Amino acid sequence: MWSLSHDDVEAIAIGAGILGTGGGGSPYLGKIRMQHLLRQGYTVDIISLDELADNALTCEIGWMGAPTVGVEKIHAGDEAQWALAALEKYVGQPLDAILCSEIGGSNSIAPLEAGALTGKPVVDGDAMGRAFPKMQMSTHFIAGVACTPAVLVDEKGNAILLSHMTDSFALERFTRDLCVQMGCTAMLALPVMRGIQAKATSVPGTITLARHVGEAVLAARASKDSVVAAVLAITGGIELFTGKLVDVQRLTARGFARGELVCEGLGADRGEWLHIAFQNENLIAWRGGQASRDQVVACVPDLICLLETDTGEPITTEQLRYGLRVTVLAIPCTDQFRTEAALKIVGPSAFGYHDVIYHPLPKQAGMGIQ
Amino acid sequence: MRIGIDVGGTNTDAVLMTGRTVVGWAKSPTTRDVSSGITNVLQALLAQTQVAPQDISAVMLGTTHFTNAVVERKSLSKTAVIRIGLPATSALPPYIDWPEDLTAALGGVYYLVHGGYEFDGRPIAALDEDEIREAAQKIHASGIDCVAISSVFSPVNPDQEKRAAEIVAAEIPNVKISLSHEIGRIGLLERENAAAMNACLSHLAVRIVQSFRDALAGLGIQAPFYISQNDGTLMSAEFVEKYPVLTFASGPTNSMRGAAFLSGLKDAVVVDIGGTTSDVGVLSQGFPREASISVRIGGVRTNFRMPDVLSFGLGGGSHVKTEPLEIGPQSVGYEITSRALIFGGNDLTTTDIAVAAGMVDIGDKSRVAHLESDLVVSAIRRMAEMIEISVDRMKTTAGAVPVILVGGGIILVGDSLAGVSELHRPEHASVANAIGAAIAQVGGEVDRIFSLDAIPRNEALEQAKAEARARVLESGALPDTIEIVDVEEVPLAYLPGSATRIRVKAVGTLAVD
Repeated sequence: MWSLSHDDVEAIAIGAGILGTGGGGSPYLGKIRMQHLLRQGYTVDIISLDELADNALTCEIGWMGAPTVGVEKIHAGDEAQWALAALEKYVGQPLDAILCSEIGGSNSIAPLEAGALTGKPVVDGDAMGRAFPKMQMSTHFIAGVACTPAVLVDEKGNAILLSHMTDSFALERFTRDLCVQMGCTAMLALPVMRGIQAKATSVPGTITLARHVGEAVLAARASKDSVVAAVLAITGGIELFTGKLVDVQRLTARGFARGELVCEGLGADRGEWLHIAFQNENLIAWRGGQASRDQVVACVPDLICLLETDTGEPITTEQLRYGLRVTVLAIPCTDQFRTEAALKIVGPSAFGYHDVIYHPLPKQAGMGIQ
Repeated sequence: MRIGIDVGGTNTDAVLMTGRTVVGWAKSPTTRDVSSGITNVLQALLAQTQVAPQDISAVMLGTTHFTNAVVERKSLSKTAVIRIGLPATSALPPYIDWPEDLTAALGGVYYLVHGGYEFDGRPIAALDEDEIREAAQKIHASGIDCVAISSVFSPVNPDQEKRAAEIVAAEIPNVKISLSHEIGRIGLLERENAAAMNACLSHLAVRIVQSFRDALAGLGIQAPFYISQNDGTLMSAEFVEKYPVLTFASGPTNSMRGAAFLSGLKDAVVVDIGGTTSDVGVLSQGFPREASISVRIGGVRTNFRMPDVLSFGLGGGSHVKTEPLEIGPQSVGYEITSRALIFGGNDLTTTDIAVAAGMVDIGDKSRVAHLESDLVVSAIRRMAEMIEISVDRMKTTAGAVPVILVGGGIILVGDSLAGVSELHRPEHASVANAIGAAIAQVGGEVDRIFSLDAIPRNEALEQAKAEARARVLESGALPDTIEIVDVEEVPLAYLPGSATRIRVKAVGTLAVD
């Protein structure tokens, strides 16, 4: 168990930005909210999955909605408490601990805020080990954990209890529509799980991992060392490409920011191009010529992260523009996403790329996302 | 004829222009009070050009006065923020993530009241007028007369901010009100921060504008004057009194706009080489490309339209170290006229190298005759590389691009640079900033979320364009000069129902001269 500090929040926000793989929303507002709570005297205890009792009751806390709305209609701040209270009322007993749904992007901080306000410990782990756009893309649901009961809450205090959904795909469809009704941001508390289930189906240690990535980035910046090398040393990832963004194409498709970018190689990659398809998050990277995709070099569920070459700042798909100098990293995902069953839900075909075959990035034992 | 003035950190520059012609220019040291420096430079300019003050039809000014006031926390007024958005937004109150000393300078007083809108224009809650009235009474009782008002999604619907302003004005006599939707774009905290900074500059703005007015009147210049804002367009003096915050970061913009004007190019990379640093920016359709990342000013996060500028340590006063060769970032700065070798000093500077290489003939060149030609050649090569790397980082296409050199330090650059298709050194490049200020264009912007399920995309775009044009017209532009210079559509992520953020910017030529 460790207690969250102001500096930890800073580091987690940086790490979560990188693990967001281009999406997940900016952790900035969550970071300043959490630091505001710490200044007011709130504390948060982070416990490892091992420290969670087998019979403890837990649930995930996280936001759904549009990041562009989130920066305008800021939260009330009480949503997590309302959501947890509604869930506890339904199950008839208090929840013992809070889980993180998505370590990539803004949802890395949401459970920490909830932990501070309720006094419940936050479990060090999440259900993705990255950011993903849909609810079914979760290690819990892929492993068969029931996705309900679930509670959806808005900033006005409207709380909707979903007592039973047939599967997480149904949950995704219903909650997405309810979220629009709620003004495009909603807090979700789900699913209620026992500690033993959480231990078996979570990606362990990812809050600590995000913190370590952030700390490594800050240390590298302070000593003028390579931020990219620091990130790779923590995550066990590989450098895919260094270059310059020369083309960005965006398409609108059902509320998802789909598109494609093209990077022209610099240094060792001069004379080559990297193409990346994205849908909020970066999905698939191909090496090739200026107009040809010759070979897939990384794809979902492995993480494809763009960092600004000089500063090491993660670049979100909304910030993509001509001329950015980028280093593209690929980071191996959790083993739980690498099974045949999981790949149907989080692999390239789940995003419409039926011709792309997933070849897992090599993993170094004990490093990075477990 | 019109005059452009740039108040820089070291020098105040002025140019006299008629149409597209530069009639004359003058430089004078910037003074602490700013206005006497302006008087000095204008006296010099009028004397040199023999133009009568009554023949001046407009004066355009670029100033860092308001940015500096915030950065130095000087002359700021106590400011209260009223935010309309409850029950939303209470997680992050106004003034959060501000430097403590700046919050203290403004007093840090805020009130959250019920109201605001959803992304699609539905109300979050009804506007509670009594809450606003009560907040205004408390603000008045505490002696504060500067108020910033923000509301959730006010760029989509400003009605509640406007109504709140009426209520506040009725409660606080002579109150200075800043409305967030008039200043910023989507992003509540950043827009509210800008409104609060604007409000705290309200009294200073009136004083500064008056001192500029007095300086001009003292010289017999009765013409209207304008101040440049960060997107390269102009505001009237009356407008600046209301929106001083829009002058932030106008310096790099003016230099790039000046470069565009002097070279006649609309798409190019601009390299502004000063005494200590160089700034590289990109012109797109004659306007600076904007930075996509939030910019902090005086430690406060904002989402202003800032030019995307890359600065690096190369200027006319940069130190040159030998064995191994190193250039900058240390510089002798404004002391170049006493410390550089060619001026009798003991410091080897980049300007000495340029003189030794025969690229320019200033100072006493015998004092650099001893420099090894290998050193001179490699130092010239190194400076070119520093510029080439920065240009390459900023340009948007792989091919060679045209580059415009401006600023006093352009003597450091030879006849060609790698990756550069044409190298322009326009006449009057050393006063590009003041010329940029004198380019009489005004602009207008619309930034709003449209539901493309409710209206077709083309209609939404046309509506946004029409509003942007109307705003330019209101600012005093000649109707037939108004053009749309930027359209940006960003679909909102993770949402069904085609909500799209549309930003449109229009500009037109001001009806003067």
